[in-house]
Amino acid sequence: MKAEKVAQYGLLTALALVLSWLESLLPPLGVPGVKLGLPNLAIVFALYRLGFRDACVISLVRVVLVTLLFGNGAALAYSIAGAALSLSLMGLLKKTGKFSSVGVSVAGGVAHNAGQILVAMALLETVRLAWYLPVLWISGTVAGVLIGIVSGVLVKRVPEQK
Amino acid sequence: MERLKTHRNDAILIAVLLALGGALVLFLWFTRQDGGIVRVQVDGETVKELPLSEDTRLMLGEGGRANTLVIEDGTAKVAAADCPDQICVNHGAIRYDGESIVCLPHKLVVTVEGGAESGVDGTT
Repeated sequence: MKAEKVAQYGLLTALALVLSWLESLLPPLGVPGVKLGLPNLAIVFALYRLGFRDACVISLVRVVLVTLLFGNGAALAYSIAGAALSLSLMGLLKKTGKFSSVGVSVAGGVAHNAGQILVAMALLETVRLAWYLPVLWISGTVAGVLIGIVSGVLVKRVPEQK
Repeated sequence: MERLKTHRNDAILIAVLLALGGALVLFLWFTRQDGGIVRVQVDGETVKELPLSEDTRLMLGEGGRANTLVIEDGTAKVAAADCPDQICVNHGAIRYDGESIVCLPHKLVVTVEGGAESGVDGTT
């Protein structure tokens, strides 16, 4: 691995981690799971700048580190499910070339929330959680738009290292 | 030109997602019914069933994994918990059939279900 790449990995992972922490400091927005998804800024940026595989690595490292630092073991399954579904969908939509970072990030936001709910439903063996789905669905869309706009600007403005 | 097209696609995607979410909300809103009982599940297994009509205060679990369930005025809420995230406490009160409060760290699910009192027993 090239030194630049190591540095980029480290930088983006650290950024995603700090953003996770920052988000955990924000007051709860009423319904659990409703959040901005700030770490997704770093992930979407990585997806556009470095590519799908690198974004996956950074996302996975972030999830594991966040779980070790702030979370608990039970949360790991939900987080990984959300992140995996979100990234797969974002990678797919980006590949079609038909969407900007906003569309890609919106799909990612919704997929992230849906993935978490689905795993929670499976692990807790209850379908009752379906109540959360519409709320998280809409909040994921809104958060995705915001994150998509900001990361679009970042991808355009942050100079490329060569 | 290309830019306009991606923006249009973005807008379509967002509109479709919002419409789907809205449809889900409307569906759940219009099919909601007052619940009759509160079911308490730990690790997927039902440990308690309580009527929503009786005011109760109940400690679930032991220290380190404890949640305090309070039923009053036909609603149920988790009044206190020693889990790290306090999501269940912040969730607030529930009263409609199908609503639930979840404490992921303690694998606790509190669900309101239709009961004899709501007259829709057997639909769940």
